[in-house]
Amino acid sequence: MASNCSERQRIAQQRLKIIAGHIQKDEDGEPARIFANNCKGEDADKHSSSTTTMPKRRQEIMKWNGWGYSDSRFLFNKKGQAEFTGKRYRLSGMILPSLKDWFEGTFGASLQHKTPAVPSLNSSSVQPPTLNEDFIQDLKTTGIQYSHEAEDRVFRAHGHCLHEIFALREGKFGRVPDMVVWPSCHDDVVKIVELASKHNVCLIPYGGGTSVSSALECPPEETRSIVSLDTSQMNRILWIDEKNLTAHVEAGIIGQALESAVIHIKMVTPRGVIEKSCQGPRMSTGPDIHHFILGSEGTLGVITEVTMKIRPIPEYQKYGSVVFPNFEQGVACLREVAKQRCAPASIRLMDNAQFQFGHALKPQVSSIFTSFLDGLKKFYITKFKGFDPHRLCVATLLFEGDRERVLQHEKQVYDIAAKFGGLAAGEDNGQRGYMLTFVIAYLRDLGMDYYVIGESFETSVPWDRVLDLCRNVKERIVRECKEKGVQFPPLSTCRVTQTYDAGACVYFYFAFNYRGLGDPVHVYEQVEHAAREEILANGGSLSHHHGVGKLRKQWMQESISNVGMGMLKSVKEYVDPDNIFGNRNLL
Amino acid sequence: MESKTLYSQRDPSLKKRDDFEDILEERRNSSDLRYALRCYTPVLYKGMTPCKTTILKTIVLQSDQLHYVINQVAKETGEASDIIQEEAVNILEEMAHRLQLSTIRFFAFTLSKAFKTLFQSVRVNEEGIQRLQQAIQEHPVVLLPSHRSYIDFLIMSYILYTYDLALPVIAAGMGKYLGSYFLGMKFIGEMLRMSGAFFIRRSFGGDKLYWAVFSEYVKTMLRNGYAPIEFFLEGTRSRTCKSLTPKLGLLNIVMEPFFKGEVFDVSLVPISISYERVLEETLYARELLGVPKPKESTSGLLKARRILSEDYGSIHVYFGQPVSVRSLAQGRINRSQYNLVPRYIPRKPSEETQGFVNDTAFKLVRKQEENMVLRPWVLIAAILMQNLDGIDSALLTEQTAWLRGLAQAFGAFLDWPGQEPVGKVVSSSLSLHHGLVRVAGGRVQLAQELQETASPKEALFNHAVCVLSCASYRNQILHVFLRPALLALAMDTAATSRKDDVYSSFVYLRNVFSNEFILCPGAMVQDFEEACYLLMKCGAVQILKQDIVVTERGQPVLSFLSGMLEPFLQGYQVVCRYFSEEVSEGLAEKQYIPAVRSFAVKCILSDSIRCYEALSSDLQKNALAALLRMNALRKAKVADQATLKVNKMVVKTLEDTLGGKVPAQKPVLARL
Repeated sequence: MASNCSERQRIAQQRLKIIAGHIQKDEDGEPARIFANNCKGEDADKHSSSTTTMPKRRQEIMKWNGWGYSDSRFLFNKKGQAEFTGKRYRLSGMILPSLKDWFEGTFGASLQHKTPAVPSLNSSSVQPPTLNEDFIQDLKTTGIQYSHEAEDRVFRAHGHCLHEIFALREGKFGRVPDMVVWPSCHDDVVKIVELASKHNVCLIPYGGGTSVSSALECPPEETRSIVSLDTSQMNRILWIDEKNLTAHVEAGIIGQALESAVIHIKMVTPRGVIEKSCQGPRMSTGPDIHHFILGSEGTLGVITEVTMKIRPIPEYQKYGSVVFPNFEQGVACLREVAKQRCAPASIRLMDNAQFQFGHALKPQVSSIFTSFLDGLKKFYITKFKGFDPHRLCVATLLFEGDRERVLQHEKQVYDIAAKFGGLAAGEDNGQRGYMLTFVIAYLRDLGMDYYVIGESFETSVPWDRVLDLCRNVKERIVRECKEKGVQFPPLSTCRVTQTYDAGACVYFYFAFNYRGLGDPVHVYEQVEHAAREEILANGGSLSHHHGVGKLRKQWMQESISNVGMGMLKSVKEYVDPDNIFGNRNLL
Repeated sequence: MESKTLYSQRDPSLKKRDDFEDILEERRNSSDLRYALRCYTPVLYKGMTPCKTTILKTIVLQSDQLHYVINQVAKETGEASDIIQEEAVNILEEMAHRLQLSTIRFFAFTLSKAFKTLFQSVRVNEEGIQRLQQAIQEHPVVLLPSHRSYIDFLIMSYILYTYDLALPVIAAGMGKYLGSYFLGMKFIGEMLRMSGAFFIRRSFGGDKLYWAVFSEYVKTMLRNGYAPIEFFLEGTRSRTCKSLTPKLGLLNIVMEPFFKGEVFDVSLVPISISYERVLEETLYARELLGVPKPKESTSGLLKARRILSEDYGSIHVYFGQPVSVRSLAQGRINRSQYNLVPRYIPRKPSEETQGFVNDTAFKLVRKQEENMVLRPWVLIAAILMQNLDGIDSALLTEQTAWLRGLAQAFGAFLDWPGQEPVGKVVSSSLSLHHGLVRVAGGRVQLAQELQETASPKEALFNHAVCVLSCASYRNQILHVFLRPALLALAMDTAATSRKDDVYSSFVYLRNVFSNEFILCPGAMVQDFEEACYLLMKCGAVQILKQDIVVTERGQPVLSFLSGMLEPFLQGYQVVCRYFSEEVSEGLAEKQYIPAVRSFAVKCILSDSIRCYEALSSDLQKNALAALLRMNALRKAKVADQATLKVNKMVVKTLEDTLGGKVPAQKPVLARL
């Protein structure tokens, strides 16, 4: 086996690249992760040069109380300049000279006022595990690996909601899983689920760990032993079918399953294994059972294997950006692009505040010439074209495909943009825009070092409502902050991140300086709650892709009607009558 | 018990509530011309730059909303849609304002001159202005002034111009200025148009296209923060100086952009304009009595010259606290009801929405009432109305002082001149209103033109003009006393002094008079509690466990209060009597007013009653509405004519109950 290793790695790597080309499609803010066992995985982030395998002890390379890799973080250096550490990202090792001013100016924060996190995990303050000895006895006979070390358990007790990270930084732990198991294949999962059913143990599947819906939180009322089922070691590519352009992979390979890419799914439930019998591209066999699986948020079972569509990596990629005089024009342009169905691989429209934010992330310019050019560009846009720097907004674009078609496509999109007063603003701005989306999660940790807390949330909304929804939700956030006693004006900003025929996906970023507040997390939650109410009142959905988890459960009924709830409940009752998959998400 | 806190917090003294500034003072000391030509740079909603009126029209005509209705109408009528479109253009042309700064400047100049001769002062609460300035920048603003005079909206625009605030666009009824045949009025109409008025036809029931153009026009201005929108909740000038039951159409329109998420919020600003002497005082009385008034237009203009030589005292304008529609709607309106249908498709507001709009309208009118600045004269008028034969002037002074105390205890917004002795205040009030009252031989009496040649009926009407004019001043303070007065009446008519009996009577009376006065729908308990609290506070009653008991010194208070409502009680009885005595089969609806009026004349001449207010068409209309509501009457079509059919039983019971012959029944009809 060992002799084969390097060859296998090479092949796997190549195949992975193909798959990555598909999987890395934009799930905003959270780069989907791909990890391959015994081979070099690649972070979905294109700027990443690092390759990692996700170890069982994730805390060895990942932060236990913050976002992402331990070696990558923002900090203010001795000169008071912001820098991003590590080597993984394109931004790594760079100085961001304008971030400090932006940070202090936007939040009224100061580098003098720090709120450092507790330095390390104190195992003694973690509740001792409630173990189900019979379960463990039986588990031992299967040879499946497990652990009940505090660090492993704490790591899997949370996602990345603000309140979860805030508590970790304060060294506070609520209910955490009592043990962690690492199945390495489908059969392992079948055994685990059988044993869990037999011994009445609660299972909580754990994948990427990036949930922002309190989906990974252990229900505090759960009295059974809670076992976190970590799928990270199930990361093999089982086969690739180049005739059909499909790949069959283990579920641990994908951070977030993509509905549109899935052909076949295998899930282990307490009732048994659910899967379809063929791989036809479309089936008319009643309601699609995949929909029950993909949206079940870990309440029905564990996905073990997936067949998915793959596409060759695009031969050519080009970033771009367009500046619009205002957000309204930008939205009108995106709507037109959607109407003509010529959306690039990615098109995102940032509002003015986010545009300013993006600017603050500009790395130190090495040549005088570049900065001169920048100045010239700015002059052209604001003075010559008369754009108001406090109203203009930017769309970032990513084109993919063969070179000729990309160029053609690019022209088409820029032509549409021109009709809405949009000016092409270069590749750099585009690329920086995308950079923002993957470093923003790291930036939150920086903010939390200095009294600033925040989070993002998303929705989807019909086109005619996009502007109204954006304006009202942003304003609601500002107003609620004021009412709840927040001493500084919050950052309340949004962007349109995906376009569909009939609507768009909208992301909000919301953060504020909590100095002077007694219970900042509670205030944060109240404001987020109000913002979600506002979204729903304005015709937005409960969630575009983050899911419901436990955070948004209270709105499920109004979202899908009583009958809808009943349907889902009856499925749950049939599939998992003993609530083995007891994370209590969704319903 | 909310009412308690409301009232105990309220400080009746004018100074403490807000400082008023006389905007005429500066006008008297500096150049009007320079004032009219000064630099005018108002702050706008979200710092928007105002768009031209032509662009505004284009936005309206190109809106999805209008297109939808045009196509719909085209389909229904079979007419080509561009013909309908043309029609829409014409409607908009007829409706739209053409706000021009030059016209505003013209008005600023001429009104300065006119106001200075007419009025002693125009006093504005500055804090309210500051609040308004803030509100204008944050959200679209709707200005809701009370409506007592033609000049209300001139005053409004004049004030806003003076304070460098954005000039409003004003919804005006068309008949009032434009429909007139006289060129002079037409010219004035156009002038008003250029100062921001837009004109709505009086009735366009069922005309979908008209409604669509109109509502879209208003909403476009609101959404774009084009200018504050101003309209009169009461719909028309109140001829009686009592607030009128609010109309909901426009309020619905301005709230809709919030319901549909098109704006974050809308600020509604109740504004109370109170006149020490209303320009139209006797004109209104004549109108109410059906006495032909001098034609508007040329003769009106001549009359205007006479008006200019009179002293009309001062005007108080109180800009109330802006009310956020969003906060009001919190928990009452489910905005997601608009999620499933495209927002440009007009839909009838849901029952929930209608109820909300109605409640809001009442709340706002109540705010207008509460913030109405009251002058000493209204107290005097209230006393005179209970002494139609005249009153000894010393006694009048004494009673005025007493009533002042009571009014203040009830939270009236009284503007009492500083340290002056009551006697002096009374006499100067009397002299300002010399047209209505005469002082002779130590007695104060309502003026009465004695004409030798006049028939008894003519004399009666002449006197009635005077009485109704005086009543209109009493009406200004009615809202302060209304609830306690209803309670006083209820205690008179209730079978026992038990609380629940009194409450039943109270609810009954409240129901009868709910078209007459502003009584928020469904607020029976609050009103009752407020009434009890106020009467208890001034020591007139004691509220025991089971009973409500009059105290010794409470008797005069209670009888004064019920005396205040007496004319209404009698008036409604006259109407009831008319139906039970004179109508057998039915009555054509358009015959109603003249018929009741001559019945009332007959009654007064035969000395069976002394109630001149029974002659007022306002009371008659309100009574009619009440009778219909209580099923004493019903409307039916007979030979193509709207006819009122009488249920004699119900009418008789109502008459007897109002007359105190039988106690009020349990409040079966109480739920409105």
